[in-house]
Amino acid sequence: MSLSAIWGLVQTALELGVTCSLTVLALFLSYSMLNVCDLSTDGCFTLGAAVGAVVAIAGHPYLSIPAAMAAGMLSGFVTAVLQTRMGIDSLLAGIIVNTGLYSINIAVMGKSSLLNMNKTETVFTKVKALLADTPLAGYQELLIALAAVALVIVFLTLFLRTRLGLAIRATGDNPDMVRSSSINPVFTTTVGLCVANAFTGLSGCLLAQSQKSVNIDIGSGMVTIALASLLIGQTFLGRGSIAKRAVGMVLGSVIFRLVYTIALRLNMPAFMLKLVSSVIVIIAIAGPYLKTQLPMLEKRLAGSRKGGG
Amino acid sequence: MLTLQNISKTFNPGTVNEKTALTDVSLHLEKGDFVTIIGANGAGKSTLFNAIAGSFFPDTGRIELDGQDVTFQPEFKRAKAIGRLFQDPMRGSAPAMTIEENLALAAAGGGWLSHVSKAEKAAFRDKLALLDMGLEDRMRQPVGLLSGGQRQALTLLMATMVPPKLLLLDEHTAALDPSTAEKVLALTQDIVREHGLTCLMITHNMSSALELGNRTLMMDSGRILLDLKGDARQGLTVSDLLRMFKENVGKALDNDRMLLS
Repeated sequence: MSLSAIWGLVQTALELGVTCSLTVLALFLSYSMLNVCDLSTDGCFTLGAAVGAVVAIAGHPYLSIPAAMAAGMLSGFVTAVLQTRMGIDSLLAGIIVNTGLYSINIAVMGKSSLLNMNKTETVFTKVKALLADTPLAGYQELLIALAAVALVIVFLTLFLRTRLGLAIRATGDNPDMVRSSSINPVFTTTVGLCVANAFTGLSGCLLAQSQKSVNIDIGSGMVTIALASLLIGQTFLGRGSIAKRAVGMVLGSVIFRLVYTIALRLNMPAFMLKLVSSVIVIIAIAGPYLKTQLPMLEKRLAGSRKGGG
Repeated sequence: MLTLQNISKTFNPGTVNEKTALTDVSLHLEKGDFVTIIGANGAGKSTLFNAIAGSFFPDTGRIELDGQDVTFQPEFKRAKAIGRLFQDPMRGSAPAMTIEENLALAAAGGGWLSHVSKAEKAAFRDKLALLDMGLEDRMRQPVGLLSGGQRQALTLLMATMVPPKLLLLDEHTAALDPSTAEKVLALTQDIVREHGLTCLMITHNMSSALELGNRTLMMDSGRILLDLKGDARQGLTVSDLLRMFKENVGKALDNDRMLLS
């Protein structure tokens, strides 16, 4: 395999990793900070992709990005209202919204489950034209994704230091404290989920436009993939400042895609992607738990041996 | 300052688990009152606090705080005027956030999108130094690393950062070791005196119930049995209290955690 072929694979992994890391950053806010596992992520990712594509096809390449983010925000708002105002369990709220979004996404895509953007002017084609005669030609996917990720990280770092950001973090960190304080957990949860889902929508929009097509399944399994990336990132840069941890999320996402690319080269079939992400999430969450259980298990085994059955 | 008129609360009415937690409780506090509350387990002390703080709405009655009817005001709105400490020192601060961030949450100055200013951070440092626990040099550390006593002292600081109209202390030193408890109690007195706070304190320590503050309430079965203040409270001893309880209830005061000395 030639060097350029290897670089080609790495570049694709980087593009995918960085683009999808926006979803990981969304989970960083909802899962790590608010302590809400937002299962509407898959549907919201597809929603962002669909809305972004439709707006771009309608001839508004730049408008497609804020439109996708606004759609994501709206979806997050619905999830938040269900769990804070309607008494629906937060996991169930996510699942319900996710299911509902499937129909909405097909409706957005004009009753079709596939949209093609081969001849559509998108942010990527615009930037590609700009880069045409520079040394960076051909890197528009990576550059746009990196720029988006950098903006989101800067935003998150600043936002989580504001009083509202601190209140959101406290809501996830100690709900008991928040309940008897002047922070309204309904408000903080709603804002947190809206912002997080705006990022998820943005992530979907950028992935669809860089791939020049939207499939109704583009977001399926995304929550597990993002969670796997988040947990990988946490093992590398899990402590320290918000900025450092946010960079860790991007790193986790890129590592996940690189490992996946390598596994593909080793003849792992492509359909294994979702199983791999599931196994990573299981190991990352169950591992530390089992480690705490191990001494107890050893004691019990030793005890039963001594007791002689 | 604080007026409770005929507050009653029954939990799970009409079921086998029906429990009358408060019965026709009326209470009036003047500004600057420091009231200690004693009573057996299940007497309704914490339930009284929950009613005042708005954790639930009473079945009957009216609660007025500083001239404003707050009976049906949600808890988080009332919390702006009420500082509250619980027995569990882990309950009042966010463990994954730093000392500085916790204090910033409590300071509540500026708008939602404002950052904590340098001046505020310096003020936090000065306040922390008053605790004399070395916390002023650990402002960037997560609160989860602190001991129970340190966390309760920090919670006290947070609850009084913006001096509340009313401070509710629910056995806030009961889970601490004796010397730390003493220190936190002394800090509480300093802070209450400094800001002239109106304060209600539940305690299981009968002698500190008589020593601290200017008024003592004794509760049993969701009612206020005794309301001791002024001359009637002057010179009262723990054995007087026990005798008064027995006369009023017809049985001895029974509380496994009650300290009689």
